[in-house]
Amino acid sequence: MAILIKRPAAIKPSEITDRALYFDRRRFLRASLLSTVGLPALLARPRIASAALTVHELPPGPFSTHETMTPYQDTTTYNNFYEFGTSKGDPSRYAGAMSTNPWTVAVTGACRHPAIYHLEDFIRPYALQERIYRHRCVEAWSMVIPWIGVPLRDILRRCVPSGDARYVEFTTLYDPREMPGQRSDILQWPYLEGLRMDEAMHPLTLLAVGMYGRVLPNQNGAPLRLVVPWKYGFKSIKSIVKIRLVKNQPVTTWMRAVPQRYGFYSNVNPAVDRVPWSQRYERRIGDFFKRKTLMFNGYGPEVAHLYAGMNLAKYY
Amino acid sequence: MRNPAFTRRMVTSLTVAGCLIPLAFVAYRTLTGTLGANPISNLTNRTGLWSLRLLLATLAVTPLRRLSGWTWLMPARRILGLFAFFYGLLHLVVYLALNQAFSATLILGDLSRPFIIAGYLSFTLMVPLAATSTMGAMRALGPRWQLLHRLIYAVAILAVLHYLLLVKIDFQPPEAYGALLVLLLSYRIGASLRRRIAGPVSRHAQTRTTQTSGQSPQRSD
Ligand code: HEM
Repeated sequence: MAILIKRPAAIKPSEITDRALYFDRRRFLRASLLSTVGLPALLARPRIASAALTVHELPPGPFSTHETMTPYQDTTTYNNFYEFGTSKGDPSRYAGAMSTNPWTVAVTGACRHPAIYHLEDFIRPYALQERIYRHRCVEAWSMVIPWIGVPLRDILRRCVPSGDARYVEFTTLYDPREMPGQRSDILQWPYLEGLRMDEAMHPLTLLAVGMYGRVLPNQNGAPLRLVVPWKYGFKSIKSIVKIRLVKNQPVTTWMRAVPQRYGFYSNVNPAVDRVPWSQRYERRIGDFFKRKTLMFNGYGPEVAHLYAGMNLAKYY
Repeated sequence: MRNPAFTRRMVTSLTVAGCLIPLAFVAYRTLTGTLGANPISNLTNRTGLWSLRLLLATLAVTPLRRLSGWTWLMPARRILGLFAFFYGLLHLVVYLALNQAFSATLILGDLSRPFIIAGYLSFTLMVPLAATSTMGAMRALGPRWQLLHRLIYAVAILAVLHYLLLVKIDFQPPEAYGALLVLLLSYRIGASLRRRIAGPVSRHAQTRTTQTSGQSPQRSD
């Protein structure tokens, strides 16, 4: 996948410093306890399960936040990717077995140019961008992640959606041999997600192939995943094999599993309380104190107009 | 057993040592910063799980002894129960101090959540049990001690309920603990029904079991 990455014209020294920062594993417990107790960092850490192909620096693209990025170590070992198991460490332990090369993506449904692509051909026409986004999990924790990808709108435009295309449906790979979690039926496989057309066409919505200047690690949804930063993390479907333009609202995996808790929209919303725990606050990974959760995860200025006049307590 | 005092001491110290292993593990991981990306959540879950596990272990002692005849198990029961309380206390402290940073807004805001209510109730009912776990209290309370300590069933039911109510999607672990609890409870209910049906002979048996499970030292060999 080395062909995906373009070399930027110049790398500012300030960005290199930044880069060093997010690989720095700071964590409050360790920081506070180690400095007082003075123990060496005994790092019995799981290996990062990916071909750690480094890609070159990209300048931060539009919409990027300046907040401190979450250390790479944390974003790659604390994952919800139930295809590999339900505990946070399962994806980094088991996702290495998933083969992502070759990888094909089918674009089908209500469009003029349906096609099946090799991933390289699928991405090659576009310039990759870096987007540093907040990521808010429905479990009330959050991260700041520098993604690398392509706006979904550019890809959708190329297939020329027809008038019937009102929603976009995404499907994850189904392969129980490589995805041990799919042998259990806690969710209905394959994982399915969806966006309304205007959400999919919003410039914030990204199809990511990398993060932190590298190719996506498997546990983070390699080789192709969605990133919708104003929605709870489970909307950002991983390891996508199919993108289908449809007329009717898809029934997503989490809606099907627990409809009274998880709805189609699943916008980050501190006022809507449908899970057992509070959505009003969140813990940014690495922080001690919780912070207030922002409406639309702080992307309100960009996306609130999509939901003008909608009762978000009803369309949760 | 040939030397009851020795056996009792061995069982006691081994149980204490065993119950301290999770604490040592958690302490080690905390000091080395290896609790993962979300150490607070990790600490909360581990302490809660160990409280529940030890609670079920406490409840398993009597059926196990009756079925196997291993009377030497009895001294383990009080220690298991006390450690269930200890990990529950730790769980509560982690929740209040680390999860909620002692913020009144956060702590009070959580009080409307069913899983939090079940947790507090479960823990609160453990307090009188821990407080009356001494020989002195046992003697002072007499037959009422047994009655009071039946609260442990309520504690365990509430703890499983707490777990069921907080789960996101994977109900298997709380259901497994719940199934174990149902098994332990049905053994008790079955045993007490059998005693009731069997009439006068079993009244004698009941007195005997009461004494044994009351941990009277002279009976524990
Ligand atoms: C004293 C009041 C209690 C409070 C405020 C409390 C609070 C909590 C919280 C906030 C969580 C984490 C929920 C999450 O991650 O979403 C939790 C998990 C848990 N608690 Fe409690 N709890 C209490 C008492 C108890 C007691 C008495 C027990 C057992 C005897 C218990 C067993 C558990 C278990 C098993 C878990 C789940 C662990 C896991 O998911 O791996 N809790 N509790």
